[in-house]
Amino acid sequence: MSRLKENYENSRFHRFEKWVDGEAPSREFRMETKAPVKRLPPEELSGPRLNEEEINAVVYDERHNKELKIFRVINRLTSVVLCLTLIGVLLWTVVYLPEFGNPDNPTNNEVAARYIEKGVEETGATNFVTGMILDYRAFDTFGESCVLFIAATCVQVLMRLDDSDDKEKMKKKQAEENDRIYEPKNDLILQKVSCVLVPLLFIFGIYIILNGHLSPGGGFSGGAVIGSGLILYLNAFGFKKTERFFTEKIFRRITLASLTFYCLAKSYSFFTGANHLESGIPLGTPGAILSSGLILPLNICVGLVVACTMYAFYTLFRKGGM
Amino acid sequence: MEWFRLVVSAAFLFLGLLVFLAASIGVNKFKRALNRIHAAALGDTLGILFVLLGLSVWKGVSFASFKLMLVVLFFWLASPVAGHMISRLEIMTDEDLGEIEVEHREDI
Repeated sequence: MSRLKENYENSRFHRFEKWVDGEAPSREFRMETKAPVKRLPPEELSGPRLNEEEINAVVYDERHNKELKIFRVINRLTSVVLCLTLIGVLLWTVVYLPEFGNPDNPTNNEVAARYIEKGVEETGATNFVTGMILDYRAFDTFGESCVLFIAATCVQVLMRLDDSDDKEKMKKKQAEENDRIYEPKNDLILQKVSCVLVPLLFIFGIYIILNGHLSPGGGFSGGAVIGSGLILYLNAFGFKKTERFFTEKIFRRITLASLTFYCLAKSYSFFTGANHLESGIPLGTPGAILSSGLILPLNICVGLVVACTMYAFYTLFRKGGM
Repeated sequence: MEWFRLVVSAAFLFLGLLVFLAASIGVNKFKRALNRIHAAALGDTLGILFVLLGLSVWKGVSFASFKLMLVVLFFWLASPVAGHMISRLEIMTDEDLGEIEVEHREDI
């Protein structure tokens, strides 16, 4: 045991853990970063101030400026003409669309027939839509959840506060970013109601996720419900209470773990399926809660990612960090 | 009996739509945020109740109408609290509240 502990700092798992947590990796892999150029203080930027109405009166002086008048007329005319043409083109296309519900429509091809005829047998999900998006087209859904994760990460990068040398300045900056000064705090009515509503919202979201392969719903909608429950809890009780169980670290770990599991599990299932191998994943009886193979765990993964992303977006735009 | 149920549910739906009409007129007519909240809350509570009551009378006693009543319960819990929070924020941030007199209390 002691031998293992000695090399723990250099072990692969420790480095991986550090990488997941976003701490600095070893020096050779670090990207070259450059501090942004310091902006000018606001006094030097602003020139003599003019009244907005005065500026507008000079800029949009139609009486003395013939050119502007002609330009405005042409501008309005072309916008109307453009809109009318667009409406006309779209309506013209609608005329050529096939009749709604016609059995000979190009949408009714062998793909849809296959989904309906063999969907339950092959995926084990009684909800066709979930069977489609999490089994036949699982990589499409994987891309969607990755988009959510990447969006949250990008917002995190954009909202980052630049490091300042001065500690006092940094504190001031953080306080300015933090716009929670004016909001009502510790509202008794909100707290009492959210005591009732938040558990119900969580249970409802979990129900939607777990029943994704049996009834309408699934990871995306259930995750959104859970995320809104988290946001309600945050609004009622403040950041201190939520930071006990949901921090930036937890967010990163949950999203990375669910996305990795999704990718690996579905890759395995696709690989074995394409090579006509036995995947060993039981499909179960359609209609039971523990059935339809990978769809239930994949639904849970998607739900976790969506819930985390909703909450992350809220906190990021609220105070610039989680 | 079938006809009677249809008429009752139609009457409820009509009442609900009237309430919603009043709410939307109020939201667009009033100038101040607090008045607008008052108008909008009308539709979210009474309007929702009438419309969903009409629908559940139409459906009869079933699991679907039970779910509709749960939706009403959720709205009655959530909507007044949301209105309360918005009005608190409005009172805190708007310097010019007009004729409205505000009684500041710390314990709420």
